[in-house]
Amino acid sequence: MDRFRMIFQYFQSNSESVMNGICGLLTLASVKMYTCFDFSCPCLPWYNMAYGLGIMFVPPVALFLCGLILNRQSFVMLEEWRRPQGRRKKDLAVIRYMCSSIMQRAMVAPLVWIVVTLLDGKCLICAFSGSVDPENFVGFANASAVQVQQLLAKVPCKDDELMRNNTSRKAVSRYLRCWSQALGWSILLILIIAAFLARWLRPCFNQATLLQARHWSNYIDIEQKIFEETCCEHSRLFAHKCILHFFESMRQEIKLHSFSLSREGEGAEGEEDLLWGITDQDQVNKLLKAWYYEKPALDVS
Amino acid sequence: MDKFRMIFQFLQSNQESFMTGICGIMALASAQMYSAFDFNCPCLPRYNLAYGLGILLVPPFILFLLGFVLNNNVSMLAEEWRRPQGQRGKDRAVLRYMFCSMAQRAMIAPVVWVSVTLLDGKCITCAFCTSVPVETLGNASHPGLSQGEMKRVLARIPCKEIYDGQELIANEVAVRYLRCISQALGWCFVLLMTTLAFLVRSLRPCFTQAAFLKSRYWSHYIDIERKLFDETCAEHARSFAKVCIQQFFEGMSTDLAAARCHLPRKAPADAGEAAEKLLGITDQGTMNTALKSWHRCKPPLHLHPPALPSGNGWAGEGQPPAHPPVPRRETAAYYSRV
Repeated sequence: MDRFRMIFQYFQSNSESVMNGICGLLTLASVKMYTCFDFSCPCLPWYNMAYGLGIMFVPPVALFLCGLILNRQSFVMLEEWRRPQGRRKKDLAVIRYMCSSIMQRAMVAPLVWIVVTLLDGKCLICAFSGSVDPENFVGFANASAVQVQQLLAKVPCKDDELMRNNTSRKAVSRYLRCWSQALGWSILLILIIAAFLARWLRPCFNQATLLQARHWSNYIDIEQKIFEETCCEHSRLFAHKCILHFFESMRQEIKLHSFSLSREGEGAEGEEDLLWGITDQDQVNKLLKAWYYEKPALDVS
Repeated sequence: MDKFRMIFQFLQSNQESFMTGICGIMALASAQMYSAFDFNCPCLPRYNLAYGLGILLVPPFILFLLGFVLNNNVSMLAEEWRRPQGQRGKDRAVLRYMFCSMAQRAMIAPVVWVSVTLLDGKCITCAFCTSVPVETLGNASHPGLSQGEMKRVLARIPCKEIYDGQELIANEVAVRYLRCISQALGWCFVLLMTTLAFLVRSLRPCFTQAAFLKSRYWSHYIDIERKLFDETCAEHARSFAKVCIQQFFEGMSTDLAAARCHLPRKAPADAGEAAEKLLGITDQGTMNTALKSWHRCKPPLHLHPPALPSGNGWAGEGQPPAHPPVPRRETAAYYSRV
């Protein structure tokens, strides 16, 4: 438990690590979603390609958008981009930096989905089983064109009655899976090399500008957070004052309507303060009614 | 338990992560409810469509309403909407903001339910199994089947054990086809919802940021003001009850002292706290009478103002001396008509 607490605290320590944490969670969620998802290829000629490529590319788009929505900084960036200039100049370098860091983080989950899909192989087998060359496989070489299409389309479905004991089906399946996994590993390698180069070579180009951009993007983020916190605190104090004024005005009203008792109300000060001179069921009811029917004006001057 | 407490603490650390946490919990609850639900297709021609579409659409509607019911801010919105204007104007923008943010949160569980249902495929398979294109997927020319018979056979597709139309159309082929359509619909629905959510959140900084900041501040203010008012009233009620009960005990002891014609006892100089806490009731009989009187005849809800201290030895204790209660009650009764 201590370990989890430390991990949570680490991720909350600054906004960049919060974003990294969200990115990590979304990646884990995407892998979990893929494993929970029950892939079932339709095994019909045109539908296969649509289904296979759809499963490979539509969820990543949704994950990318989720990554943008869950990242607070994307809206901070939009706000900074669209705000009127006012007395503070806009620095496009900062906005570009923010945009690129947001995009990088949002791209992780979709890329992980695509790589996992390719390494698993089912999507590619489903999408491209109809596109292999039937001449290379013994079982499909001697059938007519239409029949071949139908048979190849059924390759992803192991339990189909036509395909149950077909060795050529296994050959096609292995062939496509090999391609799929090769593609998956290649993409992973390329991405990791690109990330490595980007991090290594970055200090060689414009390091000073980069440091400035990072500082000011962090500043904008923190400034917005502190502004929200200050507004919260202010509204709490405002509400407190407003309610005190309301109770005080109730007390004044009660004092005005009673005479010769105000002198006696000086004793037992501690409880009196908390009672606001309201010591009666009717007075309490009147106060509550006034609170609903005539809320006090928003003015505590 | 420790784990839950930590998760709650983490989620409550700021407003934003609290709301994200709530949304996540609702989404998980909705997915868990679906997996716990035991789907049972009736496998009869017209019932299938009703059952399938019912399971797809009725629980989301219930979850949406539940999202509103469980949200504490609904009563706040209703109160702000219906209150008389009084000295404080009403801002429609604030009401709209409050309603929109509640509606957005209430939409999450239904959207998750519909997505999980479509991605699972059982509902659509059940609802549309009679509409499978038999001409392309099976043998439409299978002899001896009228329209009604064919529909009856197709309606049994989701129920593998009783399906008897293998020559008409293979069960696996039909199920795969329907499931493929269902999953495609599911992913399109998920994409549509995330696009909508993204547009709703991103168009705001582009067009209405100033108005948004204002609405957010005042809606938060209304929430805090309500909570602070409740706290202040609770504090007041506590003090009211304390003074009321103190006055009850004092009234009790002076009444009994007057009834027994005893002189008020002079408290010893070093009475201390314990004597004060006894509130003048120092024997079993008096206590029993006090308890009986509390049950039979609760004191009225108005407090007597404390009388001025007189010059006897009681001044040090700060307790009012034995004033005859009757004249006080008369003035108090007038006091209460304010």
